[in-house]
Amino acid sequence: MSDGRAPSVGAPLNRVDGRLKVTGGARYAAEYPLPNVAYAVIVTSTIAKGHVKQMDTSAAERAPGVLAVLTPQNAQRLPGYGGNTSGTAVPNAYGPPAMRVPTLLQNDEVHYNGQPIGVVVADTFEHATAAAQMVKATYTEDKPVLDIHSAPKNPPETVKPLGGERTSKHGDVASGLAAATVKVDQTYTTPLENHNPMEMHSTIAAWDGDSLTLYESTQGITSVRNTVAKSLGLTPDKVKVVAYFTGGGFGSKGGPWSHETLAAMAAKRVNRPVKLVLSRQQMFGPVGGRPHTIQHVTLGARPDGALTAVRHESTSNTSTLENWVESAAAQTRMLYASPNIETQYDLIKLNVGSPTFMRGPGESSGTFALESAMDELAYALKMDPVALRLKNYAETDPESGKPWSSKSLRECYATGAAAFGWDKRNAVPRSMRDGRLLVGWGMATATYPARRQAAGTTARLLPDGTIDVRAGTQEIGCGTYTVMSQIAADALGVPVSRVRFELGNTDMPENPASTGSVTAASTGSAVNEAALALKAKIEQLAPGGLASNSAADIVAKNGGQPVEVTVTSKPGAEQQQYSMHSFGAVFTEVHVDPDLAIIRVPRVVTAHGVGKVLNAKTARSQLQGGVVWGIGMALLEETHVDMRSGRYLNADLAEYHVPVNADVGTIDVHFVEENDPHVNPIGVKGAGEIGITGVAASIANAVYHATGKRVRDLPIRLERVMA
Amino acid sequence: MISFDYISAADVESALRAASTPSSKFIAGGTTLIDLMKLDVERPTTVVDVTTLARRDASLAAVSELPGGGLRLGALAHMSDVAWDPRVRDRYPLVSQSLLLAASGQLRNMATMGGNILQRTRCSYFRDTATPCNKRDPGSGCSAIGGFNRTHAILGTSEHCIATHPSDLAVALAALDTTVQVRGTAPRSIPFADFHLLPGAHPEVETTLRPGELITSIDLPAVSFAKRSLYLKVRDRASYAFALAAAAVAVDLQGGAIRGARVALGGVGTKPWRSHEAEAVLVGKRATEATFRAAANAALAGARPHKDNAFKVELAKRTLVRALTEVSA
Repeated sequence: MSDGRAPSVGAPLNRVDGRLKVTGGARYAAEYPLPNVAYAVIVTSTIAKGHVKQMDTSAAERAPGVLAVLTPQNAQRLPGYGGNTSGTAVPNAYGPPAMRVPTLLQNDEVHYNGQPIGVVVADTFEHATAAAQMVKATYTEDKPVLDIHSAPKNPPETVKPLGGERTSKHGDVASGLAAATVKVDQTYTTPLENHNPMEMHSTIAAWDGDSLTLYESTQGITSVRNTVAKSLGLTPDKVKVVAYFTGGGFGSKGGPWSHETLAAMAAKRVNRPVKLVLSRQQMFGPVGGRPHTIQHVTLGARPDGALTAVRHESTSNTSTLENWVESAAAQTRMLYASPNIETQYDLIKLNVGSPTFMRGPGESSGTFALESAMDELAYALKMDPVALRLKNYAETDPESGKPWSSKSLRECYATGAAAFGWDKRNAVPRSMRDGRLLVGWGMATATYPARRQAAGTTARLLPDGTIDVRAGTQEIGCGTYTVMSQIAADALGVPVSRVRFELGNTDMPENPASTGSVTAASTGSAVNEAALALKAKIEQLAPGGLASNSAADIVAKNGGQPVEVTVTSKPGAEQQQYSMHSFGAVFTEVHVDPDLAIIRVPRVVTAHGVGKVLNAKTARSQLQGGVVWGIGMALLEETHVDMRSGRYLNADLAEYHVPVNADVGTIDVHFVEENDPHVNPIGVKGAGEIGITGVAASIANAVYHATGKRVRDLPIRLERVMA
Repeated sequence: MISFDYISAADVESALRAASTPSSKFIAGGTTLIDLMKLDVERPTTVVDVTTLARRDASLAAVSELPGGGLRLGALAHMSDVAWDPRVRDRYPLVSQSLLLAASGQLRNMATMGGNILQRTRCSYFRDTATPCNKRDPGSGCSAIGGFNRTHAILGTSEHCIATHPSDLAVALAALDTTVQVRGTAPRSIPFADFHLLPGAHPEVETTLRPGELITSIDLPAVSFAKRSLYLKVRDRASYAFALAAAAVAVDLQGGAIRGARVALGGVGTKPWRSHEAEAVLVGKRATEATFRAAANAALAGARPHKDNAFKVELAKRTLVRALTEVSA
């Protein structure tokens, strides 16, 4: 801060977009007031596997206000559908970043119950909804594959986890187990889950000649643009995607699904802008979810707790459209030091909607298994669970041998334990009580990779002194508008109020999708670099910069034009030199009614090292939200599918249980200060994903401590504790 | 949702006239009806709004005294208003508790007494028009039998339907020998025990209310010991969830002995489940855990669990034991 101004980065600033949000001024995808808009409603399949034989659309076409009914028979053939015109879905035809195989009415195949098989377009939402219910499909039905426990596994060569290999082998687990005196060998399962953001997936598609604009509820405007363009046979420059606010995504909006392209097809057909908002029921299946996992964890240890062997085999389901791997063994490759670590993934194809990233993808499911097994090992060893983890503390990345860019997990354990009062724990199950209630204290480790991707930013000084900063990222509720404004303000040495940060439009410099905790690190580094470059340019034009010159004078010296820089900021050689991860510790207290098995979570204490904290308030919200998600994962969330028909059975918010306020006690979030000079120029690791990791295991471990009942299958419903 | 006509009724007579066609429905709070219309499960072509009736007759939306110390709950009284009525809280704690443990604050501000006892089951197969359901589509079969049935009933089921009655209030009302007052071609009173029907071979017929009849009030009789009553609800999450098991209990305790008792169970029955069997075990006994356990065993003696809901048998017993223990303390 050349002018001695206190840095805004780190301060608990209120959201710069907070007023807009609470006053309804923040505009979400379905809220753009386009003239002459028509309404599309998707028709979904009522079988899980087979072919659409016939779709009787006659009643729907005659219904009031109906403009068009799109079916597999009459939908336009898309030149870019999987790169072929045969109409057959090609698994993973799109490749990254989209990776999705959508269902776009190009064939009569049905892969899951609830799959889009038609679109009704009408002059009002009500007319479209009524007409959609009149469309009657008949099918050639095959027996669906729905039970992960009995279905066959995929060929190994089709199992390709994102950014890793199917198997990892470090040392020799068999000999490590032979050397172990204490072993844990257990299977843990997690169920299907769905993201359920508040805002339904929604699109407004508007054509202008052969150019398409999509107002979209998304975490990734660029991937939506690229994929929709490819499907429609357009070059990406013909598609513009706008998303100034997104009402939560949690992974489900990380890339495009089917409805964006279907909306564009419908708009083309009726020659009007078309608005398409999924119903809550349609959020189950067509837009992803967390897959089932069956995780087999084997641990071997010496009496002092040193891990002689770690094996983690994770089998998860995918759909019959794609081969999508939940990377639930990812943390096992790097979390604990052991000479012998092996991991393996397998896939099982089921007739359900394609799974996808869901908050803490991989690590939230995976830490449930690994950290439950570590707790079981601690009990088998009669060792404190924190001490067991410290005994196996990885000073370097066990898989790669690389040094950490930074790691403060030891401090996280200490900080969390002290704040929680862990030293007062009596480790004996059922030993602690609060009146009639059984009290359980559990803990687990949290971790998530610190990733960074290339990101662009344009920064401009305007004559009125405004610093206009633009990056094609997304605001999905994390506080992106706010923290980017703070970064730019500090780099330029101006108050945050002078910065206008803009995002959410593919006309802006390209940025990664807001997924995987990359935004703060990637876009933040680009914003920082752009702001510093702008400052240098200003200094060049007007020595003394903004401190000594008025903006008007600086702009005048620039020939009357705003002073502008555009940068693309990329990760570099540090990615090869260091292993980059966030870490944390989660301590949980549960109260369990000994008769009725009602489980409550009165308090959770977390301590995380997530690099530099950009905004103490929004970062705290991120981590608290992660804990709330973890409570849901541990105790409540499960998508039920009928094992005969593949129908989603609890596809609404009354029956798909996420925690309500009454389910959430105090969440005490601590940050362990980290100065990471390697991870990226601003020292940020991201706080979006890590908050949920470790929470389910911490709760399950607390339930064991309270009741003596080890529940290895999520969610921990009362009948699993009563039994 | 299909297109429908909306009629706002000025008085009871015109409401009854407007609702005389078979495809018409009364609407009050709409918290069940609109939900099911959106799902295409309910398809009325005429919706008759009865909330306007309270403008002419305020008692329809009020709690009022009955001769002999009972209370009349107007059919249009909102759940929240009844729940917080001091007389209800004082004389019938179980009624107030059953209301406050149901739904959410927003729903309780909309939903009415009459609508509450008529609410339809939460069985997911009933709510999904793509699946067979005898209650929604008579003769099509029961998908819950052999399907996912964790939340389904274990008492009062038939081979045609195992759907749980979802109302909390109705369980409290069942314990109290309530009377439902209705208006049709002529006014009549329906004892609460006769109001809801077991599914039997006709799960689509849920009550003894005749087509076009309108509930005007629910009358709570004076029950001397209802002050000592409790509604205990066990569910998956702490709020906004339907009961896995619930118990509505009232006991008349004299020096540790039970002189009278009322027991009804929720979350486990195809209708609000009054258990005279449990009451018979309790009356005349000491208020001990052994007595309560015996009552619970009697209440669940006829339980018929399915694949996913066997836990409810023991859970309902424990819930009842806990409720009796607490109310006797």
